[in-house]
Amino acid sequence: MLNEKCEILVHNELSAGYRLLVVKAPEMAKELVPGQFVHVKVPALEKSALRRPFSVFNAEDGKVFILYKTVGRGTLALNAAKVGETIEVIGPLGHGFPVKCDGAALLVGGGYGVAPLYFLAKRLIASGWKGRLAVFIGGRTKDDLLAIDEFKSLGVELYLATNDGSEGVKGLVTDPLDDELIKIREAGGKFELFACGPDPMLKAVALRATGTGSKGWISMDRHMICGVGACYACIQKTVRGNSRCCIEGPVFAAEDLVWE
Amino acid sequence: MIDTNVNLGGLNMATPLTTASGTFGYGTEYVGAVDYTKLGAITAKGIRVDPWPGNPMPRHCEVPGGLVNAIGLQGTGIKHFLDITVPWYADSVGEAVGGKAPPMIVNIWGGSVDEYAAVARQLGEYASANPDSPIAALECNVSCPNVKAGGHTFGQDPVVLNGLVNAVRKETKLPLIVKLAPNVPDIRPYVKACEDAGADALALINTIPAMVIDIEKRRPVLANKTGGLSGRGIHPAAVKVVYDAYRATKLPILAMGGVYEAKDAIEFMLAGATAVALGTALFTDPDVVSNVYDGMLSYCERHGFSSMSELTGALEG
Repeated sequence: MLNEKCEILVHNELSAGYRLLVVKAPEMAKELVPGQFVHVKVPALEKSALRRPFSVFNAEDGKVFILYKTVGRGTLALNAAKVGETIEVIGPLGHGFPVKCDGAALLVGGGYGVAPLYFLAKRLIASGWKGRLAVFIGGRTKDDLLAIDEFKSLGVELYLATNDGSEGVKGLVTDPLDDELIKIREAGGKFELFACGPDPMLKAVALRATGTGSKGWISMDRHMICGVGACYACIQKTVRGNSRCCIEGPVFAAEDLVWE
Repeated sequence: MIDTNVNLGGLNMATPLTTASGTFGYGTEYVGAVDYTKLGAITAKGIRVDPWPGNPMPRHCEVPGGLVNAIGLQGTGIKHFLDITVPWYADSVGEAVGGKAPPMIVNIWGGSVDEYAAVARQLGEYASANPDSPIAALECNVSCPNVKAGGHTFGQDPVVLNGLVNAVRKETKLPLIVKLAPNVPDIRPYVKACEDAGADALALINTIPAMVIDIEKRRPVLANKTGGLSGRGIHPAAVKVVYDAYRATKLPILAMGGVYEAKDAIEFMLAGATAVALGTALFTDPDVVSNVYDGMLSYCERHGFSSMSELTGALEG
């Protein structure tokens, strides 16, 4: 775990409400694995404000990339951070995704949940893994489908879904996913699911993993306080009891999760 | 060279700083982010005899000037604590500091006097049998509901409090710190109840009962409905309680509540504290440990104090 003061290199709006923040953090960039997160002190908030956790979109060339949605007071204040300013970042934190897969790797993301999945896809490819890599991205409208160009440049299969049909199929991200799951199952193939997004989507993906006896890796998004396992605020029910998302997660095996 | 040692009711601390229970896990979580050499002790999260699941989510809400939490004392129970957590703390923190990990104050709680007594007994026996273990003192959290008395907390009645501290005192020779709640009209009867029961020190203050309401949903934000307020905003209230308690007792005081910088810790010492705990500030900035320590040192130099213990009660007027 590193606690660094990082220079902001890039801070752009990607689409309405979504922004990309890139900071210089050479040591952290080396250590980060997909699915881990960083805990950020938002410069424009009062000095005693809690940090905000962000999953990592990419880490390379000494830089850490964060893709975030403006959802509340912290992210709104983060919008004001300027290139060249310093920002305090603790990381890498938590347990990430395994960068390996038995069978087809099916990555399922909703909204800004695509962030760690892009990092995973990149690292899977870089690891020399040659299996099928398909990415399913969902959102309310086409403005909520993020990092499409980045995924395309990786050459992965891409399946899109929007609630209003403004891009991809009209419906939920699990609609195109289910079509592919049926095909894989009919062909007698194996797959693993990797998911990050809103809770209902995560539950749907996790139940598809456990229901088919396949592996599923589910990244939970929870409000956090400490980010290091000390405060017990970010709880997810698992077969082991109340688990801390920040240190026992944020990525959990689907079979370990207990849904209420 | 400023002497930084203090003695908190028989607990020797190399610096006056520790961590507030519940904000520092079991002491291992901040390895790599906190400078443990600046801590005279760490205070572990509350432990009871059996595992406890804690409250449902959401468990916290950030508010102006602080944080309202209702974690609900989730914990693994005494067996896991002694078998796994304590040796792991000694090893991992010992390695991080290149020597001995700071002594551990173990915060204890229970739903009945018997439960408190049982956990104190087991910790005392373990510390006697393992003199090299980090367990060096107990901190008794008396802000838990007494199941047998309709859920009133032990710390809200001086007679009940005295009985509880007496029962725990009988079970252990470890230095016994009693952590009191601030939400009483006058702290002095509670201080006396602890003193009479043989407590070695007082910890002041626990969180202040608080509530946050989501007006759109017309529901409490916390699943537990109410919680405890900590953080910057409670600091002046805590200083007042420490000031009142110091003038009512000879027991040393471990002060806590909204310490974010050296000035806050020094205020507590001048008001009468022997030692100071850092809590909610750690979440925002683990460097608060070093920053407060360094600031206290330079304060002592500027004001001609040769030891940090001289700050205790050095308020003029």
